[in-house]
Amino acid sequence: MIMKLINEVSRWAIPLVFFIIPLIAFIRGVNVYEAFTEGAQEGFDTAIKIIPFLVGMLLAVGVFRASGAMDLFTRFLAPITGLLHIPGEVLPLALTRPLSGGGALGIAADLINSFGPDTYIGRLASTMQGSTDTTFYVLTVYFGSVGVIRYRYSLAVGLIADVVGFLASVFICNIVF
Amino acid sequence: MEVRLLLVNLIWLFLLLTGILVAGINGNVEVVTKASLEAAKNSVQIAIELVGIMALWLGIMRVAEKAGIIRLIAYFLRPVTGFLFPSVPKDHPAMASIVMNISANMLGLGNAATPLGLKAMKELQHLNDNKDTASDAMCTFLALNTSCITLIPATIIGVRAAAGSLDPTSIVGTTIFATVCATTAAVVSDRLFRAQWYGKNRGRTP
Repeated sequence: MIMKLINEVSRWAIPLVFFIIPLIAFIRGVNVYEAFTEGAQEGFDTAIKIIPFLVGMLLAVGVFRASGAMDLFTRFLAPITGLLHIPGEVLPLALTRPLSGGGALGIAADLINSFGPDTYIGRLASTMQGSTDTTFYVLTVYFGSVGVIRYRYSLAVGLIADVVGFLASVFICNIVF
Repeated sequence: MEVRLLLVNLIWLFLLLTGILVAGINGNVEVVTKASLEAAKNSVQIAIELVGIMALWLGIMRVAEKAGIIRLIAYFLRPVTGFLFPSVPKDHPAMASIVMNISANMLGLGNAATPLGLKAMKELQHLNDNKDTASDAMCTFLALNTSCITLIPATIIGVRAAAGSLDPTSIVGTTIFATVCATTAAVVSDRLFRAQWYGKNRGRTP
């Protein structure tokens, strides 16, 4: 029931926004089309500005994953996570999640398909994938778009949230499933 | 220029150098070349895809701004945003962009979330005295954003359904639990780091 409601909300959200905002604006005497194109102009600059930051970040992440260093790192951590009763199968997903959104989704989809979506591993992988965002990508794009190069403690905060999200996923899936 | 041992520098260097070393030891150093060229190509592709979506959302945002809707939203959310972002003036347009970005994230509307978030960053940058350094409000905003409270993990529900799950949405509850934990951790650690930052840099602007 609640799921259905949430799904409906998400289906209607964008059409409603595109209906209500221009309508109210028109009633209040705004030249709606002009205003729209004026705002849209900004989009181009912002998107182009992030390219150098993306190249830098995708370079490091891409080399790390393609070289096999990621797999090595996973094997190195396996004994530690074993002590915490974390299944080793989801470790690559946990390590990829903050680095690469597409990469993580690929690993999650692979786990879901090979273990089955309704198995413990399949559900844990699903929960992990949905519970945090790609820290490196978000910081790169958001800070890059305004030219901020000193992130202060932002990366540490993002990574702490990733670790907590991962541990919370394992904890709740152990209880529920 | 002074070299700063910031976490981002260290992690960037670590990822790059270990990657190259491991590839070298494994005898397939050429994957480094391939991966780096791919990174360059993919960056432009991501940016180009963003151009259109950014234009779409910033266009509709401008309409909302001129109609006074943005100010209205910011006004109603003052209690929450005032607590999270004490350094931003109460009715500042950045507040509305922040709120809309987080709403879009909650609903799993990733396409809408990014442009709204970048707009929020632009507005926060207007308030930032030190243009190349993240402001307090930016750090808090990105703490919320990277931990990303999600109510509908739409993509993963789709993957589960495609894989033949009998109950694709069974993970919604566990996801909300995990995401709330992550976001709480992000907000709390942001506060702690901020306090520690000003403790360490007393008398100096950040």
